[in-house]
Amino acid sequence: MREIMIVTRENLINLILASLLLAVPFAADAFGQPFYITLATRIAILALAATGLNLALGLGGLVSFGHAAFFGIGGYVAGILAAHAFSGDPLVFGLPGSKQMWVIWIVALILSGLVGLAIGAISLRTSGVYFIMITLAFAQMVYYFAISWPAYGGEDGLSILVRNQFPGVNTMRPLTFFLICYVILLLALALFALIRASRFGTALQAARQNEVRVATVGIQPYRIRLTGFAISAAVTGLAGALFADLNRFVSPSMLSWHMSGELIVLIILGGTGRLFGPLAGAALYVIFEYALGGLTERWQFFLGLILLVVVLFARGGLLGLLAGKARHG
Amino acid sequence: MVEPVLQISNLVKNFGALRATDGVTLDLRPGEIHALIGPNGAGKSTLIHQICGTLRQDSGTIRFAGQDIGSLGVADRARLGLGRTFQVSSIAPDFSGLRNVMLAVQAKQGSSFRFFKPVMRDRSLIDTAMAMLERVGLTARARIPAAELSHGERRQLEIAMALALGSKAFLLDEPMAGMGPEGSKSLTRFLDTLRQEAPILLVEHDMDAVFALADRISVLVYGRIIATGTVEEIRRDPTVRTAYLGDHA
Repeated sequence: MREIMIVTRENLINLILASLLLAVPFAADAFGQPFYITLATRIAILALAATGLNLALGLGGLVSFGHAAFFGIGGYVAGILAAHAFSGDPLVFGLPGSKQMWVIWIVALILSGLVGLAIGAISLRTSGVYFIMITLAFAQMVYYFAISWPAYGGEDGLSILVRNQFPGVNTMRPLTFFLICYVILLLALALFALIRASRFGTALQAARQNEVRVATVGIQPYRIRLTGFAISAAVTGLAGALFADLNRFVSPSMLSWHMSGELIVLIILGGTGRLFGPLAGAALYVIFEYALGGLTERWQFFLGLILLVVVLFARGGLLGLLAGKARHG
Repeated sequence: MVEPVLQISNLVKNFGALRATDGVTLDLRPGEIHALIGPNGAGKSTLIHQICGTLRQDSGTIRFAGQDIGSLGVADRARLGLGRTFQVSSIAPDFSGLRNVMLAVQAKQGSSFRFFKPVMRDRSLIDTAMAMLERVGLTARARIPAAELSHGERRQLEIAMALALGSKAFLLDEPMAGMGPEGSKSLTRFLDTLRQEAPILLVEHDMDAVFALADRISVLVYGRIIATGTVEEIRRDPTVRTAYLGDHA
Protein backbone atom coordinates (compact mmCIF):
# COMPACT_ATOMS: atom_id res chain seq x y z
CA MET A 1 0.00 0.00 0.00
CA ARG A 2 2.80 2.34 1.00
CA GLU A 3 4.49 1.59 -2.27
CA ILE A 4 1.45 2.60 -4.31
CA MET A 5 1.01 5.84 -2.37
CA ILE A 6 4.59 6.91 -2.95
CA VAL A 7 4.42 6.12 -6.63
CA THR A 8 1.27 8.22 -6.93
CA ARG A 9 2.88 11.08 -5.06
CA GLU A 10 5.88 11.10 -7.34
CA ASN A 11 3.64 10.90 -10.39
CA LEU A 12 1.62 13.83 -9.08
CA ILE A 13 4.74 15.94 -8.61
CA ASN A 14 5.90 14.97 -12.09
CA LEU A 15 2.56 16.03 -13.51
CA ILE A 16 2.77 19.39 -11.75
CA LEU A 17 6.31 19.97 -13.03
CA ALA A 18 5.32 19.11 -16.59
CA SER A 19 2.21 21.32 -16.43
CA LEU A 20 4.12 24.27 -14.97
CA LEU A 21 6.72 24.07 -17.70
CA LEU A 22 3.92 24.07 -20.26
CA ALA A 23 1.91 26.86 -18.61
CA VAL A 24 4.69 29.42 -18.19
CA PRO A 25 5.39 29.99 -21.90
CA PHE A 26 1.70 30.30 -22.69
CA ALA A 27 1.28 32.89 -19.96
CA ALA A 28 4.41 34.69 -21.11
CA ASP A 29 3.11 34.67 -24.66
CA ALA A 30 -0.23 36.09 -23.53
CA PHE A 31 1.51 38.87 -21.61
CA GLY A 32 3.96 39.53 -24.42
CA GLN A 33 7.06 38.48 -22.49
CA PRO A 34 9.00 36.27 -24.94
CA PHE A 35 12.04 36.26 -22.66
CA TYR A 36 10.31 33.85 -20.31
CA ILE A 37 9.49 31.57 -23.22
CA THR A 38 13.19 31.39 -24.03
CA LEU A 39 13.89 30.63 -20.38
CA ALA A 40 11.36 27.76 -20.42
CA THR A 41 12.80 26.48 -23.71
CA ARG A 42 16.25 26.48 -22.15
CA ILE A 43 14.90 24.46 -19.24
CA ALA A 44 13.27 21.94 -21.59
CA ILE A 45 16.43 21.50 -23.64
CA LEU A 46 18.76 21.19 -20.66
CA ALA A 47 16.30 18.74 -19.12
CA LEU A 48 16.42 16.72 -22.34
CA ALA A 49 20.23 16.69 -22.33
CA ALA A 50 20.26 15.66 -18.68
CA THR A 51 17.62 12.97 -19.33
CA GLY A 52 20.10 11.50 -21.78
CA LEU A 53 22.85 11.58 -19.17
CA ASN A 54 20.40 10.22 -16.58
CA LEU A 55 20.20 6.98 -18.56
CA ALA A 56 23.92 6.43 -18.15
CA LEU A 57 24.42 8.05 -14.76
CA GLY A 58 21.11 7.46 -13.02
CA LEU A 59 20.27 4.00 -14.28
CA GLY A 60 23.71 2.65 -15.15
CA GLY A 61 25.74 4.42 -12.47
CA LEU A 62 28.16 5.57 -15.18
CA VAL A 63 29.49 8.94 -14.10
CA SER A 64 30.26 10.35 -17.52
CA PHE A 65 32.17 13.61 -17.29
CA GLY A 66 32.17 13.86 -21.05
CA HIS A 67 28.57 14.26 -22.12
CA ALA A 68 29.30 17.76 -23.37
CA ALA A 69 30.94 15.99 -26.31
CA PHE A 70 27.58 14.61 -27.40
CA PHE A 71 25.75 17.83 -26.60
CA GLY A 72 28.22 19.76 -28.69
CA ILE A 73 28.24 17.25 -31.54
CA GLY A 74 24.46 17.63 -31.76
CA GLY A 75 24.93 21.39 -31.79
CA TYR A 76 27.53 21.28 -34.53
CA VAL A 77 25.35 18.95 -36.59
CA ALA A 78 22.64 21.62 -36.53
CA GLY A 79 25.13 24.41 -37.25
CA ILE A 80 27.05 22.66 -40.01
CA LEU A 81 24.00 21.26 -41.82
CA ALA A 82 22.37 24.67 -41.71
CA ALA A 83 25.54 26.41 -42.94
CA HIS A 84 25.76 24.08 -45.92
CA ALA A 85 22.07 24.44 -46.71
CA PHE A 86 22.58 28.21 -46.64
CA SER A 87 25.69 28.30 -48.82
CA GLY A 88 24.60 25.47 -51.12
CA ASP A 89 28.00 23.74 -50.87
CA PRO A 90 27.72 19.98 -50.65
CA LEU A 91 28.56 18.50 -47.24
CA VAL A 92 30.10 15.06 -47.78
CA PHE A 93 29.82 12.61 -50.69
CA GLY A 94 27.91 15.28 -52.61
CA LEU A 95 25.13 15.30 -50.02
CA PRO A 96 23.64 18.73 -49.34
CA GLY A 97 23.12 20.37 -45.95
CA SER A 98 19.65 20.75 -44.53
CA LYS A 99 17.46 23.35 -42.90
CA GLN A 100 14.94 20.75 -41.87
CA MET A 101 14.97 20.10 -38.14
CA TRP A 102 13.88 16.49 -38.45
CA VAL A 103 16.81 15.75 -40.77
CA ILE A 104 19.15 17.47 -38.34
CA TRP A 105 17.68 15.53 -35.40
CA ILE A 106 18.17 12.19 -37.09
CA VAL A 107 21.75 13.03 -38.03
CA ALA A 108 22.42 14.34 -34.50
CA LEU A 109 20.95 11.20 -32.91
CA ILE A 110 22.92 8.85 -35.13
CA LEU A 111 26.22 10.71 -35.04
CA SER A 112 26.29 11.32 -31.30
CA GLY A 113 25.10 7.74 -30.73
CA LEU A 114 27.97 6.40 -32.83
CA VAL A 115 30.53 8.62 -31.14
CA GLY A 116 29.03 7.47 -27.83
CA LEU A 117 29.51 3.88 -28.93
CA ALA A 118 33.16 4.52 -29.75
CA ILE A 119 33.93 6.51 -26.60
CA GLY A 120 31.97 4.04 -24.48
CA ALA A 121 33.67 1.02 -26.01
CA ILE A 122 36.99 2.25 -24.67
CA SER A 123 35.90 4.08 -21.52
CA LEU A 124 33.75 1.22 -20.20
CA ARG A 125 36.83 -0.97 -19.94
CA THR A 126 37.61 1.16 -16.91
CA SER A 127 35.47 2.07 -13.93
CA GLY A 128 35.24 4.54 -11.07
CA VAL A 129 37.57 7.54 -11.19
CA TYR A 130 39.27 6.24 -14.33
CA PHE A 131 35.97 6.18 -16.15
CA ILE A 132 35.29 9.78 -15.13
CA MET A 133 38.74 10.86 -16.30
CA ILE A 134 38.71 9.00 -19.59
CA THR A 135 35.28 10.34 -20.59
CA LEU A 136 36.54 13.82 -19.70
CA ALA A 137 39.62 13.26 -21.82
CA PHE A 138 37.58 12.20 -24.85
CA ALA A 139 35.32 15.22 -24.51
CA GLN A 140 38.33 17.52 -24.30
CA MET A 141 39.68 15.97 -27.49
CA VAL A 142 36.45 16.82 -29.27
CA TYR A 143 36.55 20.31 -27.76
CA TYR A 144 40.04 21.08 -29.01
CA PHE A 145 39.22 19.55 -32.35
CA ALA A 146 36.32 22.01 -32.73
CA ILE A 147 38.50 24.93 -31.66
CA SER A 148 41.15 24.10 -34.23
CA TRP A 149 38.78 23.59 -37.15
CA PRO A 150 38.56 26.97 -38.86
CA ALA A 151 36.12 25.82 -41.54
CA TYR A 152 33.32 25.92 -38.97
CA GLY A 153 34.29 28.95 -36.98
CA GLY A 154 36.96 27.45 -34.73
CA GLU A 155 37.05 29.27 -31.45
CA ASP A 156 34.47 31.83 -32.57
CA GLY A 157 31.76 29.29 -33.21
CA LEU A 158 29.21 29.15 -35.93
CA SER A 159 26.03 31.20 -36.33
CA ILE A 160 22.76 29.81 -37.60
CA LEU A 161 21.37 32.79 -39.49
CA VAL A 162 17.76 31.65 -39.58
CA ARG A 163 16.42 29.03 -37.19
CA ASN A 164 15.97 25.68 -38.93
CA GLN A 165 12.52 24.73 -40.10
CA PHE A 166 9.88 22.24 -39.20
CA PRO A 167 7.14 21.39 -41.72
CA GLY A 168 3.91 23.26 -41.17
CA VAL A 169 4.98 25.60 -38.36
CA ASN A 170 6.91 28.82 -37.93
CA THR A 171 9.88 27.89 -35.77
CA MET A 172 10.94 31.53 -35.38
CA ARG A 173 7.92 32.05 -33.15
CA PRO A 174 9.25 31.42 -29.62
CA LEU A 175 6.17 29.57 -28.39
CA THR A 176 6.20 27.22 -31.39
CA PHE A 177 9.85 26.39 -30.90
CA PHE A 178 9.21 25.84 -27.20
CA LEU A 179 6.42 23.38 -27.98
CA ILE A 180 8.68 21.43 -30.32
CA CYS A 181 11.29 21.12 -27.57
CA TYR A 182 8.63 20.30 -24.99
CA VAL A 183 7.17 17.44 -27.03
CA ILE A 184 10.64 16.00 -27.64
CA LEU A 185 11.37 16.23 -23.92
CA LEU A 186 8.17 14.33 -23.12
CA LEU A 187 9.05 11.67 -25.69
CA ALA A 188 12.51 11.30 -24.18
CA LEU A 189 11.01 11.00 -20.69
CA ALA A 190 8.65 8.31 -21.99
CA LEU A 191 11.63 6.50 -23.48
CA PHE A 192 13.47 6.77 -20.16
CA ALA A 193 10.47 5.37 -18.26
CA LEU A 194 10.06 2.49 -20.70
CA ILE A 195 13.73 1.59 -20.64
CA ARG A 196 13.87 1.79 -16.86
CA ALA A 197 11.04 -0.72 -16.53
CA SER A 198 12.25 -3.04 -19.27
CA ARG A 199 14.51 -6.09 -19.24
CA PHE A 200 17.34 -3.99 -20.55
CA GLY A 201 16.75 -1.40 -17.85
CA THR A 202 16.65 -4.11 -15.20
CA ALA A 203 20.03 -5.38 -16.34
CA LEU A 204 21.46 -1.85 -16.57
CA GLN A 205 20.33 -0.93 -13.06
CA ALA A 206 21.47 -4.27 -11.69
CA ALA A 207 24.90 -3.66 -13.22
CA ARG A 208 25.03 -0.38 -11.28
CA GLN A 209 24.11 -2.06 -8.02
CA ASN A 210 26.19 -5.20 -8.37
CA GLU A 211 28.25 -5.95 -11.43
CA VAL A 212 29.33 -9.39 -10.23
CA ARG A 213 25.72 -10.40 -9.70
CA VAL A 214 24.83 -9.54 -13.28
CA ALA A 215 27.73 -11.57 -14.66
CA THR A 216 26.84 -14.47 -12.38
CA VAL A 217 23.38 -14.79 -13.91
CA GLY A 218 25.01 -14.91 -17.34
CA ILE A 219 24.58 -11.34 -18.58
CA GLN A 220 27.69 -9.46 -19.70
CA PRO A 221 27.62 -6.08 -17.96
CA TYR A 222 29.91 -4.51 -20.57
CA ARG A 223 27.46 -4.96 -23.44
CA ILE A 224 24.53 -3.72 -21.40
CA ARG A 225 26.45 -0.62 -20.30
CA LEU A 226 27.78 0.12 -23.76
CA THR A 227 24.29 0.02 -25.23
CA GLY A 228 22.98 2.23 -22.44
CA PHE A 229 25.85 4.68 -22.91
CA ALA A 230 25.21 4.97 -26.65
CA ILE A 231 21.47 5.60 -26.18
CA SER A 232 22.34 8.14 -23.52
CA ALA A 233 24.77 9.90 -25.87
CA ALA A 234 22.20 10.00 -28.67
CA VAL A 235 19.55 11.68 -26.50
CA THR A 236 22.03 14.28 -25.23
CA GLY A 237 23.12 14.88 -28.84
CA LEU A 238 19.54 15.57 -29.86
CA ALA A 239 19.31 18.14 -27.08
CA GLY A 240 22.45 19.77 -28.43
CA ALA A 241 20.86 20.21 -31.85
CA LEU A 242 17.87 21.95 -30.26
CA PHE A 243 20.14 24.11 -28.11
CA ALA A 244 21.99 25.32 -31.18
CA ASP A 245 18.67 26.21 -32.79
CA LEU A 246 17.51 28.00 -29.66
CA ASN A 247 20.58 30.24 -29.55
CA ARG A 248 21.02 30.17 -33.33
CA PHE A 249 24.65 29.78 -32.50
CA VAL A 250 27.00 26.93 -31.72
CA SER A 251 30.46 27.27 -30.27
CA PRO A 252 33.09 25.08 -28.63
CA SER A 253 31.72 26.15 -25.22
CA MET A 254 28.95 23.60 -25.76
CA LEU A 255 31.72 20.99 -25.79
CA SER A 256 33.63 22.23 -22.78
CA TRP A 257 33.95 20.35 -19.53
CA HIS A 258 31.86 23.04 -17.80
CA MET A 259 28.94 21.78 -19.82
CA SER A 260 29.59 18.18 -18.77
CA GLY A 261 29.72 19.30 -15.17
CA GLU A 262 26.56 21.33 -15.54
CA LEU A 263 24.65 18.27 -16.78
CA ILE A 264 25.83 16.24 -13.79
CA VAL A 265 24.85 19.09 -11.47
CA LEU A 266 21.36 19.22 -12.99
CA ILE A 267 20.83 15.53 -12.29
CA ILE A 268 22.13 15.71 -8.73
CA LEU A 269 19.98 18.77 -8.00
CA GLY A 270 16.86 17.10 -9.36
CA GLY A 271 17.38 13.55 -8.14
CA THR A 272 19.69 10.95 -9.67
CA GLY A 273 17.93 8.18 -11.57
CA ARG A 274 14.49 9.81 -11.09
CA LEU A 275 12.35 10.19 -14.17
CA PHE A 276 11.74 13.91 -13.63
CA GLY A 277 15.02 14.57 -11.84
CA PRO A 278 16.57 16.23 -14.90
CA LEU A 279 13.57 18.52 -15.39
CA ALA A 280 13.44 19.49 -11.72
CA GLY A 281 17.19 20.08 -11.77
CA ALA A 282 17.17 22.06 -15.00
CA ALA A 283 14.30 24.24 -13.77
CA LEU A 284 16.08 24.91 -10.49
CA TYR A 285 19.35 25.64 -12.24
CA VAL A 286 17.96 28.02 -14.85
CA ILE A 287 15.80 29.84 -12.31
CA PHE A 288 18.79 30.27 -9.99
CA GLU A 289 20.90 31.43 -12.85
CA TYR A 290 18.27 33.99 -13.76
CA ALA A 291 17.28 35.11 -10.26
CA LEU A 292 20.73 35.13 -8.67
CA GLY A 293 22.44 36.17 -11.88
CA GLY A 294 20.41 39.38 -11.77
CA LEU A 295 21.70 40.14 -8.28
CA THR A 296 25.31 39.12 -8.50
CA GLU A 297 27.80 38.00 -11.08
CA ARG A 298 28.96 35.39 -8.62
CA TRP A 299 25.72 33.44 -8.66
CA GLN A 300 27.59 30.20 -9.19
CA PHE A 301 29.09 30.57 -5.74
CA PHE A 302 25.59 30.37 -4.30
CA LEU A 303 24.72 27.54 -6.62
CA GLY A 304 27.74 25.75 -5.21
CA LEU A 305 26.43 26.25 -1.68
CA ILE A 306 23.05 24.85 -2.67
CA LEU A 307 24.71 21.89 -4.35
CA LEU A 308 26.66 21.24 -1.16
CA VAL A 309 23.47 21.24 0.87
CA VAL A 310 21.81 18.85 -1.57
CA VAL A 311 24.74 16.45 -1.56
CA LEU A 312 25.12 16.56 2.22
CA PHE A 313 21.51 16.58 3.34
CA ALA A 314 19.23 15.70 0.45
CA ARG A 315 20.88 12.93 -1.49
CA GLY A 316 17.74 12.26 -3.47
CA GLY A 317 17.76 15.82 -4.83
CA LEU A 318 14.63 17.92 -5.17
CA LEU A 319 12.47 14.95 -6.10
CA GLY A 320 13.86 12.96 -3.21
CA LEU A 321 12.77 15.77 -0.89
CA LEU A 322 9.32 16.10 -2.40
CA ALA A 323 8.45 12.54 -3.37
CA GLY A 324 10.41 10.41 -0.93
CA LYS A 325 12.74 7.53 -1.59
CA ALA A 326 12.80 5.94 -5.05
CA ARG A 327 11.24 2.50 -5.42
CA HIS A 328 12.71 0.00 -7.80
CA GLY A 329 10.15 -2.81 -8.00
CA MET B 1 31.10 -44.71 -14.30
CA VAL B 2 28.85 -41.72 -14.84
CA GLU B 3 30.43 -38.76 -16.55
CA PRO B 4 31.14 -36.01 -14.01
CA VAL B 5 29.32 -32.70 -14.46
CA LEU B 6 32.37 -30.74 -13.45
CA GLN B 7 35.88 -32.05 -13.97
CA ILE B 8 38.92 -30.12 -12.81
CA SER B 9 42.32 -31.52 -13.76
CA ASN B 10 45.80 -30.51 -12.64
CA LEU B 11 44.79 -26.93 -11.98
CA VAL B 12 47.66 -24.60 -11.09
CA LYS B 13 47.56 -20.94 -10.09
CA ASN B 14 50.53 -18.92 -8.87
CA PHE B 15 50.55 -15.50 -7.27
CA GLY B 16 54.19 -14.53 -7.64
CA ALA B 17 56.12 -17.08 -5.63
CA LEU B 18 53.01 -18.38 -3.91
CA ARG B 19 51.41 -21.44 -5.47
CA ALA B 20 47.79 -20.92 -4.39
CA THR B 21 46.44 -23.83 -6.41
CA ASP B 22 48.85 -26.70 -6.74
CA GLY B 23 47.75 -29.35 -9.23
CA VAL B 24 44.17 -29.69 -8.04
CA THR B 25 42.13 -32.50 -9.56
CA LEU B 26 38.52 -32.69 -8.51
CA ASP B 27 35.22 -33.80 -9.97
CA LEU B 28 31.55 -33.35 -9.26
CA ARG B 29 29.23 -36.20 -10.19
CA PRO B 30 25.51 -36.04 -10.88
CA GLY B 31 23.34 -36.07 -7.77
CA GLU B 32 26.12 -35.62 -5.23
CA ILE B 33 27.17 -33.03 -2.75
CA HIS B 34 30.93 -32.76 -2.85
CA ALA B 35 32.26 -30.76 0.04
CA LEU B 36 35.51 -28.85 -0.19
CA ILE B 37 37.03 -28.15 3.19
CA GLY B 38 40.34 -26.81 4.36
CA PRO B 39 41.87 -24.36 6.80
CA ASN B 40 41.89 -20.62 6.14
CA GLY B 41 44.35 -19.72 3.45
CA ALA B 42 44.24 -23.18 1.91
CA GLY B 43 43.25 -21.71 -1.44
CA LYS B 44 39.53 -22.50 -1.46
CA SER B 45 38.51 -19.04 -2.65
CA THR B 46 41.21 -19.01 -5.33
CA LEU B 47 39.91 -22.35 -6.56
CA ILE B 48 36.31 -21.12 -6.64
CA HIS B 49 37.36 -17.99 -8.54
CA GLN B 50 38.99 -20.15 -11.18
CA ILE B 51 35.97 -22.41 -11.50
CA CYS B 52 33.52 -19.55 -11.97
CA GLY B 53 35.87 -17.55 -14.18
CA THR B 54 36.89 -14.47 -12.20
CA LEU B 55 40.47 -15.77 -12.14
CA ARG B 56 42.26 -17.52 -14.99
CA GLN B 57 44.30 -20.63 -14.14
CA ASP B 58 47.97 -20.78 -15.10
CA SER B 59 47.61 -24.36 -16.30
CA GLY B 60 45.24 -27.31 -16.09
CA THR B 61 41.72 -27.76 -17.43
CA ILE B 62 38.18 -27.19 -16.22
CA ARG B 63 35.48 -29.15 -18.02
CA PHE B 64 31.84 -28.47 -17.35
CA ALA B 65 28.84 -30.17 -18.92
CA GLY B 66 31.11 -31.83 -21.47
CA GLN B 67 32.86 -28.66 -22.53
CA ASP B 68 36.20 -27.03 -21.77
CA ILE B 69 35.26 -23.82 -19.99
CA GLY B 70 38.76 -22.85 -18.86
CA SER B 71 38.97 -19.82 -21.12
CA LEU B 72 35.36 -18.57 -20.87
CA GLY B 73 34.27 -15.47 -18.94
CA VAL B 74 32.01 -15.40 -15.90
CA ALA B 75 28.82 -14.66 -17.83
CA ASP B 76 29.42 -17.41 -20.38
CA ARG B 77 30.05 -19.99 -17.68
CA ALA B 78 26.89 -18.91 -15.88
CA ARG B 79 24.92 -19.29 -19.09
CA LEU B 80 26.17 -22.85 -19.45
CA GLY B 81 24.58 -23.58 -16.09
CA LEU B 82 27.17 -22.94 -13.42
CA GLY B 83 25.12 -21.41 -10.61
CA ARG B 84 26.91 -19.96 -7.64
CA THR B 85 26.36 -18.22 -4.36
CA PHE B 86 28.91 -16.05 -2.63
CA GLN B 87 30.60 -16.04 0.73
CA VAL B 88 29.14 -12.56 1.20
CA SER B 89 25.69 -12.51 -0.38
CA SER B 90 25.67 -10.90 -3.78
CA ILE B 91 22.38 -9.31 -4.73
CA ALA B 92 21.09 -6.10 -6.30
CA PRO B 93 20.18 -4.27 -3.06
CA ASP B 94 17.80 -1.64 -4.49
CA PHE B 95 15.65 -4.21 -6.24
CA SER B 96 13.08 -6.34 -4.46
CA GLY B 97 13.85 -10.01 -4.04
CA LEU B 98 11.37 -10.68 -6.78
CA ARG B 99 13.11 -8.41 -9.28
CA ASN B 100 16.45 -9.96 -8.35
CA VAL B 101 15.15 -13.38 -9.27
CA MET B 102 13.46 -11.94 -12.35
CA LEU B 103 16.89 -10.79 -13.50
CA ALA B 104 18.03 -14.39 -13.39
CA VAL B 105 14.88 -15.56 -15.17
CA GLN B 106 15.32 -13.05 -17.97
CA ALA B 107 18.96 -14.10 -18.35
CA LYS B 108 17.83 -17.72 -18.59
CA GLN B 109 15.09 -16.89 -21.10
CA GLY B 110 17.60 -15.26 -23.38
CA SER B 111 17.91 -11.67 -24.40
CA SER B 112 18.25 -8.74 -22.04
CA PHE B 113 18.14 -6.41 -25.04
CA ARG B 114 14.43 -5.72 -24.84
CA PHE B 115 13.77 -2.08 -24.29
CA PHE B 116 10.05 -1.46 -24.08
CA LYS B 117 8.02 -4.14 -22.34
CA PRO B 118 7.75 -3.46 -18.61
CA VAL B 119 9.07 -6.41 -16.63
CA MET B 120 6.67 -5.87 -13.75
CA ARG B 121 3.83 -6.71 -16.14
CA ASP B 122 5.59 -9.68 -17.69
CA ARG B 123 3.81 -12.77 -16.31
CA SER B 124 6.37 -15.18 -17.74
CA LEU B 125 9.09 -13.49 -15.67
CA ILE B 126 7.05 -12.92 -12.53
CA ASP B 127 5.46 -16.37 -12.32
CA THR B 128 8.74 -18.21 -12.82
CA ALA B 129 10.51 -15.97 -10.31
CA MET B 130 7.72 -16.41 -7.74
CA ALA B 131 7.91 -20.18 -8.16
CA MET B 132 11.63 -20.05 -7.35
CA LEU B 133 11.03 -17.81 -4.35
CA GLU B 134 8.41 -20.24 -3.10
CA ARG B 135 10.88 -23.11 -3.32
CA VAL B 136 13.29 -21.31 -1.01
CA GLY B 137 10.46 -20.08 1.23
CA LEU B 138 10.68 -16.36 0.47
CA THR B 139 7.23 -15.79 -1.03
CA ALA B 140 6.05 -13.54 1.79
CA ARG B 141 9.13 -11.32 1.50
CA ALA B 142 9.23 -11.17 -2.29
CA ARG B 143 8.40 -7.48 -2.67
CA ILE B 144 10.76 -6.12 -0.04
CA PRO B 145 13.96 -4.39 -1.21
CA ALA B 146 16.71 -6.96 -1.02
CA ALA B 147 18.78 -4.57 1.10
CA GLU B 148 16.20 -4.98 3.87
CA LEU B 149 16.29 -8.78 3.89
CA SER B 150 18.06 -10.58 6.70
CA HIS B 151 21.35 -12.33 6.15
CA GLY B 152 19.69 -15.73 5.92
CA GLU B 153 17.01 -14.46 3.57
CA ARG B 154 19.66 -13.09 1.21
CA ARG B 155 21.23 -16.54 1.12
CA GLN B 156 17.85 -17.99 0.19
CA LEU B 157 17.46 -15.30 -2.44
CA GLU B 158 20.81 -16.16 -3.99
CA ILE B 159 19.82 -19.80 -4.14
CA ALA B 160 16.51 -18.86 -5.76
CA MET B 161 18.49 -16.98 -8.41
CA ALA B 162 20.75 -19.97 -9.01
CA LEU B 163 17.62 -22.15 -9.29
CA ALA B 164 16.08 -19.74 -11.78
CA LEU B 165 19.13 -20.12 -14.00
CA GLY B 166 18.33 -23.81 -14.33
CA SER B 167 21.83 -24.52 -13.10
CA LYS B 168 23.46 -27.81 -13.98
CA ALA B 169 25.71 -27.50 -10.95
CA PHE B 170 25.75 -25.32 -7.86
CA LEU B 171 28.86 -23.77 -6.46
CA LEU B 172 28.03 -22.71 -2.93
CA ASP B 173 30.67 -20.67 -1.13
CA GLU B 174 30.16 -21.02 2.62
CA PRO B 175 26.38 -20.86 2.60
CA MET B 176 26.25 -21.42 6.36
CA ALA B 177 28.52 -18.47 7.17
CA GLY B 178 26.82 -16.04 9.52
CA MET B 179 23.69 -18.17 9.90
CA GLY B 180 22.29 -18.91 13.35
CA PRO B 181 21.83 -22.53 14.48
CA GLU B 182 18.20 -22.60 13.34
CA GLY B 183 19.02 -21.09 9.97
CA SER B 184 21.87 -23.57 9.46
CA LYS B 185 19.57 -26.47 10.20
CA SER B 186 16.86 -25.43 7.78
CA LEU B 187 19.42 -24.57 5.10
CA THR B 188 21.00 -27.99 5.60
CA ARG B 189 17.61 -29.62 5.03
CA PHE B 190 17.09 -27.53 1.94
CA LEU B 191 20.48 -28.33 0.41
CA ASP B 192 19.77 -32.00 1.03
CA THR B 193 16.83 -31.75 -1.39
CA LEU B 194 18.65 -29.41 -3.76
CA ARG B 195 21.13 -32.12 -4.79
CA GLN B 196 18.35 -33.85 -6.73
CA GLU B 197 18.14 -30.76 -8.91
CA ALA B 198 21.84 -30.54 -9.64
CA PRO B 199 25.06 -31.58 -7.90
CA ILE B 200 26.60 -29.19 -5.41
CA LEU B 201 30.20 -28.26 -4.82
CA LEU B 202 29.99 -27.06 -1.26
CA VAL B 203 32.73 -24.98 0.31
CA GLU B 204 31.96 -24.91 4.00
CA HIS B 205 33.49 -24.44 7.42
CA ASP B 206 30.50 -25.74 9.34
CA MET B 207 31.56 -29.37 9.89
CA ASP B 208 28.15 -30.47 11.18
CA ALA B 209 26.61 -29.40 7.90
CA VAL B 210 29.43 -30.94 5.87
CA PHE B 211 29.20 -34.29 7.63
CA ALA B 212 25.41 -34.29 7.37
CA LEU B 213 25.30 -33.46 3.67
CA ALA B 214 28.42 -34.53 1.84
CA ASP B 215 28.59 -37.66 -0.28
CA ARG B 216 32.28 -37.02 -0.73
CA ILE B 217 34.70 -34.63 0.88
CA SER B 218 37.93 -33.20 -0.50
CA VAL B 219 40.43 -31.60 1.81
CA LEU B 220 42.48 -28.72 0.51
CA VAL B 221 45.66 -27.70 2.34
CA TYR B 222 48.23 -25.27 0.97
CA GLY B 223 46.64 -25.44 -2.46
CA ARG B 224 46.77 -29.23 -2.66
CA ILE B 225 44.02 -31.80 -2.29
CA ILE B 226 45.45 -34.04 0.42
CA ALA B 227 42.50 -36.44 0.50
CA THR B 228 39.21 -37.18 -1.20
CA GLY B 229 36.72 -39.72 0.10
CA THR B 230 33.46 -40.42 1.85
CA VAL B 231 32.68 -38.85 5.20
CA GLU B 232 33.92 -41.95 7.01
CA GLU B 233 37.14 -42.16 5.03
CA ILE B 234 37.91 -38.52 5.67
CA ARG B 235 37.12 -38.82 9.38
CA ARG B 236 39.56 -41.73 9.65
CA ASP B 237 42.29 -40.30 7.44
CA PRO B 238 45.31 -39.59 9.67
CA THR B 239 46.81 -36.86 7.48
CA VAL B 240 43.51 -34.99 7.47
CA ARG B 241 43.23 -35.30 11.22
CA THR B 242 46.60 -33.72 11.79
CA ALA B 243 46.25 -31.14 9.06
CA TYR B 244 42.81 -29.94 9.71
CA LEU B 245 40.12 -31.69 11.64
CA GLY B 246 41.74 -31.71 15.04
CA ASP B 247 39.23 -32.52 17.78
CA HIS B 248 36.32 -32.22 15.44
CA ALA B 249 36.37 -35.77 14.07
